[in-house]
Amino acid sequence: MSFIDSLSQLYETLNTDSGFWNPLVWITAFVIVFLIIYIIRGYGNKNYKKNTEQTKAFLSGNPEFEDKEKMHVKAKNLYWGFNETLKGLYKLLDRMHNGNTSDFILWFVVILGIFFIVLGVL
Amino acid sequence: MFEQILTHAPALAVAIPLLGAFLTPLVSKINGKLRNVFVVIITALTSFIVALLSYNILAHESVKFAPDLVKNGIQTYIFGAGSAGDPVVRIVFEVDGVNAFMIILAAILPLAAVIYSWGFMKDETGQDKYYTLILLLTAGMLGMMMTGDLFNFFVFLEITSIASAALIAYRVNNKFSVQAAFKYIVVSTIGALFVLFAIAILYGQYDALNMAVIAKSIQYGLLDKIALILLIVALAMKAGIAPMHMWLPEAYGRAPSSVTVVIIGTTLGSFYGILRVGFTIFGEQIISESNLEVGIALGWVLVGLAILTIFIGVLMALKQNDFKKMIGFAAVAEIGYMVLAFGAALATMYQDSVTGITGISSSGLTALKGGMFHILNDALDVSLLFLVAGAVYYVSKESSLNRLGGLARNMKYTTIFFIIGLVAVSGLPPLNGFASKLMIYQSTYEINPILAIVAILCSILLLATFVKVFYAAFLGPKLPKFENVKEVPKSMLIGMLVLTCVIIFIGLFPNLVVENIVTPAVTALQNASAYIGGI
Repeated sequence: MSFIDSLSQLYETLNTDSGFWNPLVWITAFVIVFLIIYIIRGYGNKNYKKNTEQTKAFLSGNPEFEDKEKMHVKAKNLYWGFNETLKGLYKLLDRMHNGNTSDFILWFVVILGIFFIVLGVL
Repeated sequence: MFEQILTHAPALAVAIPLLGAFLTPLVSKINGKLRNVFVVIITALTSFIVALLSYNILAHESVKFAPDLVKNGIQTYIFGAGSAGDPVVRIVFEVDGVNAFMIILAAILPLAAVIYSWGFMKDETGQDKYYTLILLLTAGMLGMMMTGDLFNFFVFLEITSIASAALIAYRVNNKFSVQAAFKYIVVSTIGALFVLFAIAILYGQYDALNMAVIAKSIQYGLLDKIALILLIVALAMKAGIAPMHMWLPEAYGRAPSSVTVVIIGTTLGSFYGILRVGFTIFGEQIISESNLEVGIALGWVLVGLAILTIFIGVLMALKQNDFKKMIGFAAVAEIGYMVLAFGAALATMYQDSVTGITGISSSGLTALKGGMFHILNDALDVSLLFLVAGAVYYVSKESSLNRLGGLARNMKYTTIFFIIGLVAVSGLPPLNGFASKLMIYQSTYEINPILAIVAILCSILLLATFVKVFYAAFLGPKLPKFENVKEVPKSMLIGMLVLTCVIIFIGLFPNLVVENIVTPAVTALQNASAYIGGI
């Protein structure tokens, strides 16, 4: 295999058996789409006024706090609904992740047992 | 010149970091800066040797530096007396496509970690011990991935376990670090004990410790089955497969970030051990006509564990509010994707109705390639995220996401590195994680669509996890307590840049990596007879 052959592999498409993937083609398509969007944007309303109410974030009608710390949504509040919906499952997972080293080894023994049953029967 | 180096490259790759580890405390006595330069040189030299060795094994015959050293895609190096066939006391390193693939990782990660540590650890005490242990860990990891001897594998496994535990507990003033290290050493020691027990069973049966010799004589009787189960389950625990993964987020989360990066390599070293045991030592027995149903059953058990691993990893990651622990759980999920690929490949084994030959189907082969490719991508992506988490901790002394915010305004480069890590680990195009996950999705879809659906769904949740981190730590208003926060030192940026460059390169040219590194590794993995013939 020559150096040129190796270079030609750089832009070759990755064959994934039933599909393919070529990031260079994807990026080219992405850039073209971006340019089209940019051109369309150019035809937009020119009455945009900087440093006015227009540029402020809409906080569902709530006033903006002076304290910056209060304006930042904390990690614990993100995906609240998701966590609340799966509360039951998370209770189970938390019980599993209790940090007890003996339990770590218990799981090891359980998996050993499963393997012994499956491979022992066959 | 390359030929001379390559002749002894397997030994040099272990000897250089090992010697460096013993010299580091001495160099440290002279000067701290000199010690840092020395350690970077040692890891760079080790990486160079590994790159040469891997290239010589993986490259096409016509462009190899020393084609005579490689027979059937394998380079064998014998320590001690006697030729390869003699039953004498000796150690054999047998490096094939799989080893050549794995050692690339084992060389890149410590190099990035050591460069990063220069700035990251500059205010810490006990740096001589820190760097000594990092080099010792590197030597153990490389030895584990190159040895052709089961007992040596155990010895290197122990070296990595002890060095890792000491490094996890590096910040001894933090009780959680010491606790995580204790848990790690308990789990590692019990795992290693079972590995040793399995090795003893095989030694008792076949009077041999060499992997190729055992693979050649294995009968797959009752004792062999017990040894197989003990080896796979013990190494699976060390690799962090659920539900034996609990040690991993704690260890990854509590160790200094630069240490976590190197420990990721040792975790993948244990995963390599599972592959070597399953596909090489027991490979010819499992993928055979008489034991076809055993191979398929093993595949489905692995698929089940993989789905559990992905599910638990992702759900727990989404819930975490500690930056590093969250990445630790995400790392668990990523390991699940690899296990899914290898399990799915085994589950597709079939027997040709005309020839009677057994083998892995074409979708199974794609799964194997995807799984192997994902080992590389996971190590790079997760490591980059840990380095970013370390950078955030370095400037803010905070790892709780609840107390972070607005850092993108002061840490532009770190934010860019985080975005790249986020896109890569979540499997978004065009970065490397997408290419390997696409291969896994497509191949598992052909085996069972539900597997692919779960895998894709969990990838979306993984993206949601890191979007949460991005929002909580980097976006939002500039918080008063982080008003004076500055970008991290250059060495830390360079450490992250090294990994980012590799991630982008693999992302843009996945076919180059799959054709030249992944495919030879998968071919070697399937070809147990070549490995057996190497001795």
